[in-house]
Amino acid sequence: MSLYKFSFWEVLAHSFSEEVWSQVLPALGETMYMVVISSVFVLLFGVILGLVVVLTGREGLYPCAPLHAVLGAIINCFRSLPQVIIIIVMLPVARLLLGQSYGSNACIISLIASCVPLFARLVESSLLEIDKGKLEAAKAMGSGNFRILFRIMLPETLPSLIRSFTNAVVIVISMTALAGNFGAGGIGYIAVTFGYTRYQHDLLFATIIVLIIIVQLVQLVGDTLSKIILKKRHLI
Amino acid sequence: MEEYFIEIKDLCKTFHNKKESVQVLKGINLEVKKGEIYGIVGFSGAGKSTLVRCINRLEEPDSGTVRIGDQMITSLGKKELDVQRSKIGMIFQQFNLFDSMTVYENIAYPLKIKGWKKEAIRARIDELLELVSLTDKKNAYPGELSGGQKQRVGIARALANEPDVLLSDEATSALDPQTTISVLDLIREINEKLGLTIILITHELEVIRYTCHRVAVMENGELLEKGSVEEIFENPQCETARNFINVYNKMRSAGPDRRSELI
Ligand SMILES: Nc1ncnc2c1ncn2[C@@H]1O[C@H](COP(=O)(O)OP(=O)(O)OP(=O)(O)O)[C@@H](O)[C@H]1O
Ligand SMILES: [Mg+2]
Repeated sequence: MSLYKFSFWEVLAHSFSEEVWSQVLPALGETMYMVVISSVFVLLFGVILGLVVVLTGREGLYPCAPLHAVLGAIINCFRSLPQVIIIIVMLPVARLLLGQSYGSNACIISLIASCVPLFARLVESSLLEIDKGKLEAAKAMGSGNFRILFRIMLPETLPSLIRSFTNAVVIVISMTALAGNFGAGGIGYIAVTFGYTRYQHDLLFATIIVLIIIVQLVQLVGDTLSKIILKKRHLI
Repeated sequence: MEEYFIEIKDLCKTFHNKKESVQVLKGINLEVKKGEIYGIVGFSGAGKSTLVRCINRLEEPDSGTVRIGDQMITSLGKKELDVQRSKIGMIFQQFNLFDSMTVYENIAYPLKIKGWKKEAIRARIDELLELVSLTDKKNAYPGELSGGQKQRVGIARALANEPDVLLSDEATSALDPQTTISVLDLIREINEKLGLTIILITHELEVIRYTCHRVAVMENGELLEKGSVEEIFENPQCETARNFINVYNKMRSAGPDRRSELI
C-alpha cells in the first residue's frame, strides 16, 4: 500500500495487517539474531578494551603509556569512520573470516568493528567516574590490583556501565537496520526494499513501529536495572 | 628497641607539573611514641596530606625514610608493602566507603584481603560494630548513613586488621561539631583501649586540643614547631602557631555580638 494512492490512516491501519506482519516477523527474527549476537560480543570486547585503556592510563593500576596510546589511536580510527563506511570496509574482512561477505554473520562482523570501539569509550568514561579516594582507601588496606578491579572498580561503576551498555545496544540496533542494505537482511532490508524502492509504505510503517518498540524496551530494561541497583545502594 | 615507634627522617617530596616543580615536603623529621595521639596542624596547602600519604606510601617520597616499629616502610617491596599496609589503618575526610557494599562488606574487605575465614570475619565484625556503636547498621549501605555513621564505619574498617597505627587525614572536617566530638571521643577511646598510635591531621585547633598528646605545626612543607599540646597553646614560638592560636582564642572569646566586631 502506497501513500500515493491511499490515505495515511489507511496505510497505517494496513501496516498492522497479517499480510504485512507475515513479512516483517521473519525479518524481525533476523534482526534480533544480529542484535543479540553482536551485543554479546560488543559487551565482552568493549569491557575488556575499555578496561585495558583505563588500567594502562597514567593514573591507572598498570600504567603503560605506549599501549594506552596505541589502543586510543586504534579506537579513534574506527570511531572517525561513519557506520556506512565501516560496513563497506569490513565486507572483505568478513569474506576472509567467514568465506562470505553477505548475510547476517558478515553483518555481525561490521557491527562489532563499529560498536566495540564506541562501547569501549563509554566503558572508559564510566570507569573514570569512580572516586579516586575509594581506590586509595583500598590501596591503603593493602589490596592487590586484581581485587581492586573486580571488587571495587567494576561493582562501584556497575549502574553507569549498564547505562553505557544500553546506549551501545541502541546503536547496534540502528546500525543493524542500516546494514540491511548491504546484504544483511532483517528489518532494514524490508524498509529499504519495500518501503523505499517499491513504495509499500505499510511495510515501512511496520518496520518503524517495530524499531521504536525494540529500542523502547531495551532502554526500559537498562534504565530499570541501573535504577534498581542505585535504589538498593540508596544512591537515589 | 628504639624509643620511638614511628620515626620519619629527612622526608622530601616534590611534585612536578608541566611547567613548574613544587617542593611539598622539605625534609620532614618526626618522632612519635607508641600509644600517642600526634597531631599535625597547618593551613591548607601546607603539605599535611602529602606527609601522611607518604607514611603508607600512597605517595612515594623522593628521599628520606619512614620507620614504623621494626619495619623500614620506605625500603619495602610492593608485596611486603601491601602486608605492612594492613597494619596501618587510614581514615579520610570523605570517608571513602564502598557504595556497592553494605557496612558489613565494607569492614570485611580488609579481612578478606588477609584471607580470613568467614566465621572469623563475622565474629570480628560484630566486635568492631560494637566498638563503633553501629550494630544495628550492619546490613545498611553507606548511602543510607549520616556522615558521622559513615566515619564510624571508616574507623571500624581501618581497625579491622588490628593495626598498630591509625592515620587520620581530616577525618572530622566534613562533620558538624557534635558529630565531630563523638568521632573524636571514639578515636580517644580506641587509643586508650587498644593502645593504638595515631597520627591525626587537621586544620582545626579545637580538634588538636581535644584529642592529641603532642602536636607539630606545619607550614610550607616544613614542621616549624613541635611540642606537647599545652606548650604550643600556652607559648607558641613560630609565627604560624601564633596565628593559629590567635584565631582560635578570638573565636572562643568572641561574645554573642561578635558580628559587629567582624563586620
Ligand atoms: N598529586 C599532586 N600533584 C601536584 N601537586 C600536588 C599533588 N598533591 C598535592 N599537591 C600540592 O602540594 C601542596 C600540598 O598539598 P597537601 O594536600 O599535602 O596539603 P594539605 O596541607 O593537606 O592541605 P589541605 O588542608 O587543603 O588538605 C599543595 O600546594 C598541592 O597543590
Ligand atoms: Mg589535605
